[in-house]
Amino acid sequence: MSQYTAPLKDISFVLKHVVGMSDIGKLPGCEEITDDLVDAILSEAGKFSSEVLAPLNRSGDQEGAKIINGNVTTPKGFKDAYWKYVEGGWSGLEAPVEFGGQGLPHLVATPVSEMLGSANMAFKLCPLLTLGAIEALDQHASQELKDKFLPNMTAGKWTGTMNLTEPQAGSDLALVRTKAVPVGDGSYKITGQKIFITYGDHDYTENIIHLVLARVEGAPEGVKGISLFLVPKVLVNADGSLGERNDVKCASIEHKLGIHASPTCVMIYGEDEKRGGAIGYPIGEINRGLEYMFVMMNAARLGVGLEGVSIAERAYQHALVWARERVQGRPTVPVPASLGTAPKSVPIIYHPDIKRMLMTMRAYAEACRAMIYWTAKCLDLADRAEDEHTKRFNQALVDLMIPIVKGYSTEAGIEVTSLGVQIHGGMGFIEETGAAQYYRDSRISAIYEGTTGIQANDLVGRKVGREGGQTALALIAEMQKTVSTLEASPDVNLKAIAKTLARGLEDFKRATEWIAITFKENQGAVNAGAVHYLMLAGTVCGGWIMARSGIAAAEMLAKGEGDRDFLKAKLLTVRFFADHILPFADGYAEAVVNGSSSVLAMEEAYF
Amino acid sequence: MKILVPVKRVVDYNVKVRVNADQTGVDLANVKMSMNPFDEIAIEEAARLKEAGIATEIVAVSIGVTQCQETLRTALALGADRAILVETSNEIQPLGVAKVLKAIVATETPQIVLLGKQAIDDDSNQTGQMLAALLGWSQATFASKVVVTGGEAVVTREIDGGLETLSIKLPAIITTDLRLNTPRYATLPNIMKAKKKQLDVFTPEGLGVDVAPRLTTLKVVEPPKRKGGVMVADVAALVDKLKNEAKVI
Repeated sequence: MSQYTAPLKDISFVLKHVVGMSDIGKLPGCEEITDDLVDAILSEAGKFSSEVLAPLNRSGDQEGAKIINGNVTTPKGFKDAYWKYVEGGWSGLEAPVEFGGQGLPHLVATPVSEMLGSANMAFKLCPLLTLGAIEALDQHASQELKDKFLPNMTAGKWTGTMNLTEPQAGSDLALVRTKAVPVGDGSYKITGQKIFITYGDHDYTENIIHLVLARVEGAPEGVKGISLFLVPKVLVNADGSLGERNDVKCASIEHKLGIHASPTCVMIYGEDEKRGGAIGYPIGEINRGLEYMFVMMNAARLGVGLEGVSIAERAYQHALVWARERVQGRPTVPVPASLGTAPKSVPIIYHPDIKRMLMTMRAYAEACRAMIYWTAKCLDLADRAEDEHTKRFNQALVDLMIPIVKGYSTEAGIEVTSLGVQIHGGMGFIEETGAAQYYRDSRISAIYEGTTGIQANDLVGRKVGREGGQTALALIAEMQKTVSTLEASPDVNLKAIAKTLARGLEDFKRATEWIAITFKENQGAVNAGAVHYLMLAGTVCGGWIMARSGIAAAEMLAKGEGDRDFLKAKLLTVRFFADHILPFADGYAEAVVNGSSSVLAMEEAYF
Repeated sequence: MKILVPVKRVVDYNVKVRVNADQTGVDLANVKMSMNPFDEIAIEEAARLKEAGIATEIVAVSIGVTQCQETLRTALALGADRAILVETSNEIQPLGVAKVLKAIVATETPQIVLLGKQAIDDDSNQTGQMLAALLGWSQATFASKVVVTGGEAVVTREIDGGLETLSIKLPAIITTDLRLNTPRYATLPNIMKAKKKQLDVFTPEGLGVDVAPRLTTLKVVEPPKRKGGVMVADVAALVDKLKNEAKVI
C-alpha cells in the first residue's frame, strides 16, 4: 500500500526561509501566529492526513462513489474519516471566527490543504468546496442568512457546493438558464438543471447547502443578469431545526477518469411541478451573482493549483519507493560498494535517466509549492495589511499570479504524475502499482475551476493586456533583483542559476511587452499563444522562487544551520530546475511572439 | 483528583536513528522529535479519567531542554490543563528523573502519577518504579486497563503469559502499556488553546535536586550489519553450519 509522509521539512523551509512566515505574525488578527504554533498545526495535520486519509485513497478509487435509489453513498471509510476531520476542528481552519472558525491566514491553511490533498484528493474536494461556500456567504450574504447557515457549515455539520455549470453553460456562464422566480416573501423558486456538481449529494451530513447561479425572470441577457442563491437540501426552520426536504435532488453521478471517490452530480432543481421550484434565498444583490463568484474564485483557483502540488508530491513519494526497490540494469555510474563490486544490476535510482525523472518531479513539486505559498502570502497581505499601498500592490500580484499558479501547477501535476508512471515502466501502466491513479486524478485539476486555456486568456487579457503589462513588468523588475543576489554569491550553483534566470526574465519581459502592444490591435494573435505565455510565466516565476530557495539554502549551509542533507538536496534541485526546466522559457517566449500566424491562418474547413 | 503525567521528548518513532560521529550517543541534530508514544497513552488515559469525572486536573511535566516546551504544548493540546518544564541541558538518567518528579509531587500533591512504562529512546523502563520507591507509593506497571473508584485503582497489567489484576491504594504510580488505549488526534481548536495554557519553568537546582548521572556511557555503536544468507546443499550441511559456525545447536 502506498504511504504518504507529510513533507514537513520542505514545507517549513519554504514558509520560514523563502516566503517569510514571520511577516504574517505582524498582520492585525495574526498576532498568535508564531513558528511553534504553525509547527504544531502542520505536524498534526500531517499526521491526520497520512494516518486517516491516505489509507483510503486507493480503496476510494477502486470502490468509487455510488448512487442507489437516488441516494449518493461514498466509499467505505470516507464518512468516518469526514467526521474525524470535523471532530479535529479542521473544517474551521480558515473560516471566520465570528461563526466558530479559527480565522487562520491563507499561508497557514495552504500547507494544511496541500497535505490533505496529497493524502486523498477526492476526499479533500468536499471541505474545499464547503470553505469556498463559507467564504462567499461571509462576504456577500445578509446577516440573517449568515447566522442561519454559517455556524453549522463552519463546524462541518453541513457541507457546501458550487452550482455553476449547466449542459449548455460550461466555460461560458453567460449562457446559464436556471430560473429564479420571486415568491414574494424574499425567497425564490429555483428550477433548472446543474451538472458537474462536486459532492452535490453524499452521505456525510444531514444537510447540504448549495450555492446556485440562476437568472431571475426579466433579468438582462448575459453575465449581467445572473444572480446567486442559497438552496439548502433540507429547509431550515426559524429555530434552526431541520424542516421539509427541498425540491432539489441528485439525478445521477458521472463515471470519470479519476477522483472516483468524489461524487460528481447532476442536480435537478424544482422537479415537482406542483411545488413550483426549490426554495432559494438570494445572496447579496440580484444580478450580481457572477461578480460574487469571481471574488471567491481567486481562493478556489489557488486551491485547485495547490492540487497540482499535492498530487505531484504524492506521485513523487510513490515513484521514489519504487526506484529504490526495483533492481534492473547494469550501472553506468559509480555505485556504493554495498551493492557489490561490478554488480550486474542495481536499483534503478542509480541510473541517471531515472534520477533525472525523479528530480524533475521534485523540482516541479517544490517550485509550485513555493510559488503557491508565496501567492497565499500576497493574498494575506492584500486581505489584512494596514497600509493601502501594500494592500493594493499585493492584490494586483494575486490577480496576476492566480491564473499562473492555477494553470502552471496543474499542468505540472499532470507532467509529474505521468513521469511517476514512466518510472514504474510497464508496471506503471498496471493499476495494481497505484502510480496510474495519481495520473488519472491529476487530470481534472487542469480542467475544473477554469481550464488552462481559460486561465491563460484571463492572464493575457484582464491581467496583462488590459493594464499594459504594468503588474507583470513590476514583478519582473522585482525578480531581477534576485539575479543580482545570485551573481554576488560565492556559490557555484547560484552563479550558474543567475545566467538562466536572467535569460528567462528577458523572455518573460519580451513576451509581456509584445502582449501589452498586440492585445489592443490583434487580440486573436495573443490568444493563440496565451497558454504558452502562461507556461512561460509559470516557468520563470518557478525558477525565481527556486532561486530564492537556493539563496536561503546556501546561506544556511554557509552558517552551518539546519539539516545539511536537506539543504544540499534543495540546492541541487534548484540548480536542476534552472538547468532543465527554466530553459523552456526561450521556447515559450518564441511561440508567444512568433507563433500566431499559422493558428490564425488555419481555416475551420481545413481541419 | 489531580493526575500528574510526565512526558518525555524523544526521537520520533519514524526516524531511523544513527550513532553520532564521536560515538557518545545518537545523532539528534535536525532529527524530528516528538512525545514518547507511551506517554501519549498516559495523557490519553488521564484525559479519559477527566472526561469521566474522576480526575479534576491534569498536570503534564517534562524534564530536559527548552524545546521540551513543544512536547508539553502537545500534551496541553491533548488534554493536560497546565504544564511544568524542569529545564536542563544536562543528561538526565531515570534516577534523576524520578528525583525531580518526587520534588514536583511534593508541591503538586497528585493522587496518581500516570506515565509511560518506558521511553522509546533508551528503553530503560525504570522511572516509574524508582519514583514509587522514592515516594513509598503503590505501583502498578504495564497497565492495559485502569479503573479508579474511591481511594483505589484497579489496574490490569500485562505480564508474561497473561494478565494480572491488582487493586492498589491511592496515591499511586501507574505506568502504561501499548494496549491501554489509542490516543486521540489533537484538534485544531485545542492546539490553538494549548498556546494560552499555563506553562511554568523550573530548574533541578531550583528544586534542590541532584540530577548528576550515576552511570557513564563508554561508547555507543550500531548493531553489526546483517550478513547475507547462503544456500546450503542439504540438511547435513545446514546442521553442520548451525553446530560449528553459528554454534546454536
